[in-house]
Amino acid sequence: MAKKMRKVAIYGKGGIGKSTTTQNTVAGLAQMGRQVMVVGCDPKADSTRLLLGGLAQKSVLDTLREEGEDVELSDIRKKGYGNTWCVESGGPEPGVGCAGRGIITSINMLESLGAYEESEDLDYAFYDVLGDVVCGGFAMPIRDGKAEEIYIVCSGEMMAMYAANNICKGIVKFAQSGSVRLGGLICNSRAVDNEKEMIEELAKKLGTQMIFFVPRDNDVQRAEINRKTVLEWDDKVPQAEAYRGLAKAIDGNESFVVPTPLDIEELEKLLMEYGLMN
Amino acid sequence: MSTMTKKKMVQWDPTDVKAELLAKYPPKVARKRAKQIMINEAEENETPEITANVRTTPGIITMRGCTYAGCKGVILGPTRDIVNITHGPIGCAFYSWLTRRNQTEAGPDGENYMPYCFSTDMQDSDIIFGGEKKLEKAIQEAYDLFHPKSIAVFATCPVGLIGDDIHTVTANMKKKFGDCNVYAFSCEGYKGVSQSAGHHIANNQVFRHVVGENDEEKAGEFKINLLGEYNIGGDGFEIDRIFDKCGITCISTFSGNSTYDQFASAHTADLNAVMCHRSINYVADMLETKYGIPWIKVNFIGAEATAKSLRKIAEYFGDQDLIDRVEKVIAEEMVAVQEAQKEVQPRTDGKTAMMFVGGSRAHHYQELFNEMGMKTIAAGYEFAHRDDYEGRDVLPNLKVDADSRNIEELVVEADETRFKPRKSDAELEALAKAGYKFQEYDGLIPDMDKGTLVIDDLNQYEAEKLVELMKPDIFCAGIKEKFSVQKLGVPLKQLHSYDSGGPYAGFKGAVNFYEEIDRLVNSKVWGYMKAPWQENPQLSATYGWE
Repeated sequence: MAKKMRKVAIYGKGGIGKSTTTQNTVAGLAQMGRQVMVVGCDPKADSTRLLLGGLAQKSVLDTLREEGEDVELSDIRKKGYGNTWCVESGGPEPGVGCAGRGIITSINMLESLGAYEESEDLDYAFYDVLGDVVCGGFAMPIRDGKAEEIYIVCSGEMMAMYAANNICKGIVKFAQSGSVRLGGLICNSRAVDNEKEMIEELAKKLGTQMIFFVPRDNDVQRAEINRKTVLEWDDKVPQAEAYRGLAKAIDGNESFVVPTPLDIEELEKLLMEYGLMN
Repeated sequence: MSTMTKKKMVQWDPTDVKAELLAKYPPKVARKRAKQIMINEAEENETPEITANVRTTPGIITMRGCTYAGCKGVILGPTRDIVNITHGPIGCAFYSWLTRRNQTEAGPDGENYMPYCFSTDMQDSDIIFGGEKKLEKAIQEAYDLFHPKSIAVFATCPVGLIGDDIHTVTANMKKKFGDCNVYAFSCEGYKGVSQSAGHHIANNQVFRHVVGENDEEKAGEFKINLLGEYNIGGDGFEIDRIFDKCGITCISTFSGNSTYDQFASAHTADLNAVMCHRSINYVADMLETKYGIPWIKVNFIGAEATAKSLRKIAEYFGDQDLIDRVEKVIAEEMVAVQEAQKEVQPRTDGKTAMMFVGGSRAHHYQELFNEMGMKTIAAGYEFAHRDDYEGRDVLPNLKVDADSRNIEELVVEADETRFKPRKSDAELEALAKAGYKFQEYDGLIPDMDKGTLVIDDLNQYEAEKLVELMKPDIFCAGIKEKFSVQKLGVPLKQLHSYDSGGPYAGFKGAVNFYEEIDRLVNSKVWGYMKAPWQENPQLSATYGWE
């Protein structure tokens, strides 16, 4: 029997470290022997930079625009670290056109080209989605079952938690009509006081779990400047072990829920109790 | 008794009809619609209030159009030598192309772009990456092919959503060409509550970019602009014929069979005669404020109304020769009109009509029906505001809602060098003393009989219900309503596009209209048509009025 591909989307506040976390996690999964495809859903097209070693990736939309109808799968996906497939959706320059519509078009294109077919033998498809879900297009991966499990990257900072809560509201909306579920919060530490406890409590209130706590470590920046994931740059450092831990946690995760978003007072109260009162 | 002589037996009470129309609605919707469905109880000095120009409740199949339709389709569509480019997917351009049957006469210069449909034909990737470059190319292409005096660009819905900066693109192209005025309209379909918003946007941009561009004095003694006449089915040609005969010079028509140069010279006329108050009163007001040209309301639909309007124009100029000439023309033209009336009236007298169209047509056409002895039992507009129903007296009391605030209001001041009062204070006083009124429009309601229905923003459901309950002899609306009403056995005359007929304006138009309506209300062809299940029914019955 063919294995079932898991379809994962990573959301979170802009600048929280979604792309870095995604690529390091994917590298961890690749080390475990999993076959993964990463689809970058950000017009900046920088979601696969670390896996590809900085190689300029030709985006789906650019290809579509230049080649017209005649697009091959090989035109738009590239092999990266650990045999991962890397795809960038791409999109317009800032301030013009419609990036949301671009994501819709590009995911449809990938589907029609057979990137998700059983013959591709994928264990995972990862969607790395730009910042907040600003319009319908950015919700595309969680609509129509394109992604079925969502992980939200957050930290103990107010706005990151606020964004996480908002994304949960979006998941609730789409969970009612589809198969999408929340798999957990990934805490990408900003070294805020009581961060771990606070995110664990937030996760509990949202009806989910904090699936992993990724400590803050400058090795991430060191690897990034070398255009590599930490795992590829130096497999032995503690941060590589942390990402392997996250990969393992996701691989073994069985908790998928429809979240219960908080109202704003509840969220503020949580922050006061954990962050400011101590 | 034969069908032809059968008298209609249907009796209805307007209160019952209104209750019946509202019965199907949920309470909140019924409450809102109740304010837009009025039983006319107009008294001598008081016009009852109606709700108009408000959002249609979602789910209701409204008769309204969109803002793009109002701007491109209605106002700029009838101009012949401006290349009108629709920036968007192809459908918007195609469906707004000549569907209103605006006629044109290419004139000595031969410039007529109306037979062409111009669009940027945006595709998926233009939406994603932005359509500005494609628009630039389209403007260049149109310029290279035709070298027009002017190119206008119209935004469709997606253009507003993705934020294409059409105004910068057009400004750059205008600068680049040097001999072609290029400008754009942000008339995305979703703006405003109806196509009315599109009219306003069109008025603003034409006034901002075109009016006043040509100061050259045009020949003619009695120079007017005709505003709000769109030359549907050749209406404008008939009005022009009458003007010519009277010796009145029409500097510009907004916008039937109009040219760029007409708009550009509009400020050189001495009087603005406004036909469709709703769609063009903004330009009339701005021309008065900036250049000192007064405006009056006219109506060339109906022979009597045409005569009245001509006399009003002649009285304004106060020239005895003109006044005499106008009287002579009226006397001459009325002969054929009266003959035609005499011919049709035995067959049309006492018949009933309903009219739900436009922002002035549902009012103007009542003149023609009156002249045939027909009664308008229910009427209303699709996109009018309260002043078009109740008269301009209500203007100070109109509340400006959020939807109207979204539409730009141009602030216009008197032009330093070109403002010129057309009449001295003494002349104005003398005119006022004689009962002459400027800027006056009393609206539709005062002209309708007591007990008739005035309904704003009619919809599919109510239209069918009205026909079923009140059984008019003819229903006037547009293409969207045409076939559903005819399936109910009642003929429908399109007053947007005139079906294949027209002109109906002026004297000759009146005769055409009498003949057309006589044919429609007496042929009964739709009443005879039966669906297969009506031919061989399991149960059979007849309509009460048969």
